[in-house]
Amino acid sequence: MSSINRARATWATITRSYSIYLVLIVLLVISSVINPNFFSGTNLSNVTRQISVTTILAFGETILIICGLLDLSSGSVLALSGLLSVACFKATGSMSLAFGVAIAVAMLCNLLSALMVTRFAAPSFIATLAMQEMARGAALLFSKGQNIYQIGEYVKLGQGSLGFMPIPLLFLLGLFGMTWYILKNTCFGRSLYAIGGNQEAAKASGIDVNRTKIMAFLVNGLLVGIAGVLFMSRVNAGLPNGAVNYEFQGLTSSIIGGTSFSGGIGTAGGTVVGAFIVGFLNNIMNLANINSYMQQIARGAIISLAVIYDIWTKNRRTRSLVQSVTK
Amino acid sequence: MDSYKLQVQAISKSFPGVLALDGISLTARKGSVLVLCGENGAGKSTLMKIINGVYQPDRGAILIDGKQVHIRNPIQARALGISMIFQELNYIPEMTVEESLFCGRLPVKFGRVDWKTVRAKTLELLAQEHLPYSPTMKMKDLSVSDIQMLEILKAISNDASILIMDEPTSAITDREVERLFQKIAELKARGTAIIYISHKMDEIFRIADDITILRDGRMVDSRPRAELDIDQVIALMVGRKLENNYPKRPIPIGAEALRVDHLDTPGVFHDISFSARAGEIVGFAGLMGAGRTEVMRALFGLDPYGSGQIEIGGKPVVIRSVKDSIAAKLVMMTEDRRRYGLVAVRSISENVTLSSLRRFIFHGWLHKGKEKKVVTDICGRLSVKAPSVNTAVEALSGGNQQKVVLAKWMLNDPDVLIMDEPTRGIDVGAKYEIYKLMGDLAAEGKALVIVSSELPELIGMCDRIYVMCKGEIAGELSRDQFTQEAIMRLATGIEKMAREAS
Repeated sequence: MSSINRARATWATITRSYSIYLVLIVLLVISSVINPNFFSGTNLSNVTRQISVTTILAFGETILIICGLLDLSSGSVLALSGLLSVACFKATGSMSLAFGVAIAVAMLCNLLSALMVTRFAAPSFIATLAMQEMARGAALLFSKGQNIYQIGEYVKLGQGSLGFMPIPLLFLLGLFGMTWYILKNTCFGRSLYAIGGNQEAAKASGIDVNRTKIMAFLVNGLLVGIAGVLFMSRVNAGLPNGAVNYEFQGLTSSIIGGTSFSGGIGTAGGTVVGAFIVGFLNNIMNLANINSYMQQIARGAIISLAVIYDIWTKNRRTRSLVQSVTK
Repeated sequence: MDSYKLQVQAISKSFPGVLALDGISLTARKGSVLVLCGENGAGKSTLMKIINGVYQPDRGAILIDGKQVHIRNPIQARALGISMIFQELNYIPEMTVEESLFCGRLPVKFGRVDWKTVRAKTLELLAQEHLPYSPTMKMKDLSVSDIQMLEILKAISNDASILIMDEPTSAITDREVERLFQKIAELKARGTAIIYISHKMDEIFRIADDITILRDGRMVDSRPRAELDIDQVIALMVGRKLENNYPKRPIPIGAEALRVDHLDTPGVFHDISFSARAGEIVGFAGLMGAGRTEVMRALFGLDPYGSGQIEIGGKPVVIRSVKDSIAAKLVMMTEDRRRYGLVAVRSISENVTLSSLRRFIFHGWLHKGKEKKVVTDICGRLSVKAPSVNTAVEALSGGNQQKVVLAKWMLNDPDVLIMDEPTRGIDVGAKYEIYKLMGDLAAEGKALVIVSSELPELIGMCDRIYVMCKGEIAGELSRDQFTQEAIMRLATGIEKMAREAS
């Protein structure tokens, strides 16, 4: 091989792996300059509570996107599982049962999506779009469109702290650990990358493609279920109409964090950083009293930039690849 | 001299970190064929892209008809009479023949496409070139060779005076090659200067008037064909003498490692029975579509098979998935490594351990140190050239990519290794290394089954060759019976017809 490809490959790897951290640091610096309150304990505790739910969703999206899938239903499934969990808690008073219900419901929804994808070869986009509608409908049907209030001790999980650590942040760290471990240290993780990178080659290497996809959806379900509990307890209610469009926040975080929509590329660390960039950006725009419509435009612009960057680096890779093969 | 159509003078081109072309000069004459050859990475494609205006040279000049030109983009190149036919033909499947011929230069009258003129001109061109297509046929219904002919037609209708062809025979049958060569002869007669890029020695020596050899971005030699022979060209391409193209060595043949009895998948292949012994290299020859790849894919568990028995190491096995075959110690390097063999965006290391990763997991953790050591060892043994095992395989050359695929399967320590077109699209030097590795693996007591469309390769490396024709095994040849003619007689079914007649 020629050294040109070598140089390009490593440069692409470096920019891909580290530029995102730089963006986060720059953002934090700018934030603290714009608003001295940014680094205050209250603000940080507040913002991490908000970020936690979408970051956990982003872990699920990252796992799926790496494998060449995605989940458009996570916001709805979060609402359904969170709502049923709240109802279960009100009926039984058992937090562990409430947790179990949330996780079971979210995993079941994801299993259905997974079966659509693996048995009927439906694109995950379509399968989870269908699930988005069904889960939201089920949540509204179950609650007759009403919010559930007075949820008692349930609130402690989302609003409480362990020492100075907000509890959602502890969950975030734990689930980050899980995602990192899956992606870095397991056969399952390597299979995800292989399938997203080249499904045919993965199959020809003895990887059970369907089983891996089902597992990816189930892990996503686990994450969505936990996010559902955290979300409902943070807002101190069971909201059947809550978390609308949260899947897009998860997807945005994942993409900004360097997960490639073409599959096969992405990391847990990148996803956290991507989610924090999105979250801190929202926070600083709020603190700076920026018009919320403007905020929406800004968020859209950031997604565009992230995607342009992804395609740009991919083209650069493809070009160097073409050279190395045809020269 | 006035017969020089295209002159390239001392062209240099560098990309960040490397000098891709270093002072290359060449000349293409009117009405003659200049063959450009060189290993992968020699700079052929970069040079052609410069002539076609895709890249700009750092230094040097391009002269057409003795006048210096600056070719800034492919559109300008076309205006200067340069046409290029790419190795991978670009066409839109849903387009019709006439749309494709005039794509990008549709005649316009009163602000709308003048389809009448398009139709008339297309019919005229097709008739002139004796091509039996209807202008409304869709491109997807044409064969690769037909599309190639249309590309040439497009070039002619563009008044191309310089035609560049990048490995045009890599995807077409022998008969179609004849048709192509006939066309090239016609173009020569019209005075077109042709630059023909190829690896294939037999065709180089058939059609070349002049041969220019590139190596590592430099021009190493350029001479009329008559002054060169095949060995010289190969030696100039690789920069060293190839003593023996096929390093076949005597290896003791052991017990039967693979036995296939009456394997059958209706409509795909029929009554396939063959065997391979430890230390033996068994070849599978046949024309495209004879069913060789399909048999191997079924054996490897990639496609289901209908009926039949498979024995590996004397034990009957049932193979339903790749997992089953790996467990039975039968593995396969699939054809088309980009499509079936590699996860291009991932690292060498991840690709190599993809089929054996479980070995590196201890107490739930992936032992990266051990993985790295094993991968480094095997890459060293196969002399994979790469900066590190963390390099993405898409950055490697074809030969090194193929070695990565081989490394992946060697880690499974197979008893039977099937290789489907193991040397397709890799350069001469890398081919030689793959052949040597085949010998090493056979010497370790593995049974090798090689599917190849390159007869010299099968004849050079195999102990026995099975020839397939139309989904059946048409015959088996032992080493003393190997000739290209004998294989082709079986592959084309002539032998069978002759036997049935007598």
